[in-house]
Amino acid sequence: MGAAVTAILSAQQIIRRFGPIQVLHGVDFDLVPGQVHALIGENGAGKSTMMKILGGYLAPSEGQLFLDGQPVQFSDQKQAEAQGLLMIHQEFNLALQLTVEENIFLGRERMRGPFLDHKAMQDEARALLVRLNCHVDPRSRIRDLSVPNRQMVEIARALGRNARVLIMDEPTAVLTNRETDILLEQIDRLRESGTAILYTSHKLDEIRRIADRVTVLRDGRHILTRDAAGFTEDAMATAMVGRELSDLFPAKPVPQDEVVLKVENLSVPGRVRDASFTLRRGEVLGFAGLVGAGRTELMEGIVGLRPASGKVAVLGKPLKPGSVLAAREAGLVYLTEDRKDKGLLLGKNLTENLTLLALDRFGTVRIDKSAEDAALTTAIHDFDIRVNDRAMAAGSLSGGNQQKLLLAKTMLAEPEIVIIDEPTRGIDIGTKQQIYDFIAALAARGKSVIVVSSELPEVIGLAARVIVMGRGHIAGELSGTAISEDAILRLAMGVGAERETA
Amino acid sequence: MSDTTASAAPPRRRLNLHVLGPVLALVALIVLGASLNANFLGYGNVTNVLARSAFIGIIAVGMTFVITAGGIDLSVGSMAAFVAGVMIMAMNAMIPTLGVGVPLILAGMCVALLAGLAAGLLNGFLISKVGIEAFIVTLGSMGIYRSLVTWLADGGTLSLDFAARGFYRPVYYDGLLGVSWPIIVFAIVAVLGELTMRHTPFGRHCAALGANEQVAKYSAVKVDRVRMGTYVLLGMLVGLATIMYVPRLGSASGSTGTLWELEAIAAVIIGGTVLKGGFGRVWGTVVGVLILSLIDNILNLASIVSPYLNGAIQGVIVILAVVLQREGKSAD
Ligand SMILES: Nc1ncnc2c1ncn2[C@@H]1O[C@H](COP(=O)(O)OP(=O)(O)OP(=O)(O)O)[C@@H](O)[C@H]1O
Ligand SMILES: [Mg+2]
Repeated sequence: MGAAVTAILSAQQIIRRFGPIQVLHGVDFDLVPGQVHALIGENGAGKSTMMKILGGYLAPSEGQLFLDGQPVQFSDQKQAEAQGLLMIHQEFNLALQLTVEENIFLGRERMRGPFLDHKAMQDEARALLVRLNCHVDPRSRIRDLSVPNRQMVEIARALGRNARVLIMDEPTAVLTNRETDILLEQIDRLRESGTAILYTSHKLDEIRRIADRVTVLRDGRHILTRDAAGFTEDAMATAMVGRELSDLFPAKPVPQDEVVLKVENLSVPGRVRDASFTLRRGEVLGFAGLVGAGRTELMEGIVGLRPASGKVAVLGKPLKPGSVLAAREAGLVYLTEDRKDKGLLLGKNLTENLTLLALDRFGTVRIDKSAEDAALTTAIHDFDIRVNDRAMAAGSLSGGNQQKLLLAKTMLAEPEIVIIDEPTRGIDIGTKQQIYDFIAALAARGKSVIVVSSELPEVIGLAARVIVMGRGHIAGELSGTAISEDAILRLAMGVGAERETA
Repeated sequence: MSDTTASAAPPRRRLNLHVLGPVLALVALIVLGASLNANFLGYGNVTNVLARSAFIGIIAVGMTFVITAGGIDLSVGSMAAFVAGVMIMAMNAMIPTLGVGVPLILAGMCVALLAGLAAGLLNGFLISKVGIEAFIVTLGSMGIYRSLVTWLADGGTLSLDFAARGFYRPVYYDGLLGVSWPIIVFAIVAVLGELTMRHTPFGRHCAALGANEQVAKYSAVKVDRVRMGTYVLLGMLVGLATIMYVPRLGSASGSTGTLWELEAIAAVIIGGTVLKGGFGRVWGTVVGVLILSLIDNILNLASIVSPYLNGAIQGVIVILAVVLQREGKSAD
């Protein structure tokens, strides 16, 4: 291929092992200026590992990297950055206590004499964020920002460094459609200015839109590299999974009449006003809305993670406010959208993570370790979690497998009602299907599920009824055939009727 | 992954420096001590070292929980002095009614435990309910208790009534089958502590809280209660340590228990508990306490290095322990 000649960064026969386990088996790869090269594959296929090797974060166990045709070795990521190689990680890499501006300029602060030039940095930070259409104050602290806004800051940080090679590991996993569009536009601009871009995502439509070339990895092996033109989403999915995929969404379960959750006039100060809705047994209820609409805040208010006023009744009984434990005991659990900071203890092993929420099921005085072990075996099997080693830390699982572990942890509490915030964030298409089936099966067994998602197809495909939120209140409700992307977006932006029903 | 892999026995972990380090250091010290002085392994010296380790040891077990849960307690040394002072005053005051005998000793023990509990509750309340940094709260209470006991003793020494002291002495000096009581109590506390840390929900919750408070909160862990629990547990163990300590000298003063907090924290860290929280092991703390006491003991027995350098050597050991831990981690 001619690309090899003009490649700015290329890799030959990359092998990577973690301990005794080999996760990359001789992968070739190259990046060409002015091209977007997409890397796709299932969860745990080795995409992040490959990207980290290219970005200088990890050293290959065997194999060679070439920069501008010359063999290179990066001793650390700083060295790679000095060569113009930049990476946006799948998991956030921001200092939570620092401000947006401080994060964007971390390690390359602008100086005026011996002092920091705050004004210049703030102005530049603001300009970068405006390019991304993200209106956060550069002086606000990262910990106060929503997940998507954090991602935009991360992207702004990379944009500000004028990278020759930009490596993006699932940058859109936490973004909504609108933000994704903005990001893809920025990628287009970077491509035109000659940046080589490596991109991965589990949203195959994005790959279709943005990629010039596509490489497929499966179980750490290079399956194919080809031009993106003419590579359909179905063909990508088949290449990734290694088999044909049937319908993505299962049939929608029919809810029963019994109301299991009743929320009345719930307000979360500053975030949500007067939200009321009900959930029935066996129902899958979707929550859609733009980022910042207050969906996560509403759910956190319901389960007692945030101070809230209003009434919540589970199975007819009022729920003690402000207690996650009381909610769990009543049969109501919430699965967070922020698995790294709120969902999993990344440094702890799989078992400790799995049983944390339902630990009292494993003994009130002495923890029954063999029961825990059995639970892990079951979880690995039921949720198809790909683990290399049962004693590994949760943080060493690939992103998608972390999500499955989180799901397993939540389900171990045997809830009647599950609120899942972004159920398939960072999950491959085959696994997505598994999770959709799982949600539908839950509902069919008489459990009730609330799915909060920024992926409209997901809400539309799963839920029989969709509540749309906009700017902190419930903007409307759609059900049956009235559910469509158009209708949801109209409600979310504040146009259209209050309640539409088919 | 397939069932076969899932049900296979978990692979043996390589024994790394992280686990082995403190134990190796302890063994090395014992060998060194034995080669320097023939009496080192004698009954008298061993009992002496262990009994003196017991006070710090009992406190350090509690400290392990506090640190594992992401906290710190600087007040334990002054707290011990304060509890000892209160205990002695209460016992002296109760002699007219109870007389000198078992009831007096039991009453004194109850006072000590309650005083420790109250002090721990206060620390825990300010830290978990009011939300002030643990470092600040316990720095404050460290000063408060120290000054209170000095004030109670009017700048001098609070002494237990002579007859009562004679009656209470066996609690430190006697024992069961030749093992003195402080050693027995320390051993029981250590074993219970280890079991609590590794096998109970409380221990698991401490580690979860120290590793990531948000995750713990989202996982329905009663974060405030667990955090409070660690300080209360520590307070009560300080009370227990005081019960063992008072019969030794029969008095308390403004200088009782000085620097105990640092020794306890050092023992915890040497033992492999992570100072930032998230991971703790009680047996390591026990090893840490023994290492610190042995250094002291060896310096006193063998006259190669001046005993005045004790603090310096302990300091080096603490720093070395942390360095070794880090190596152990990055080698993974
Ligand atoms: N530090 C580590 N220690 C042990 N195994 C690891 C480590 N990092 C990654 N792995 C393993 O390497 C494999 C590839 O992981 P990687 O994160 O590259 O997958 P991925 O393709 O990015 O998946 P996802 O789509 O879920 O993000 C997985 O099986 C993972 O468990
Ligand atoms: Mg990944």
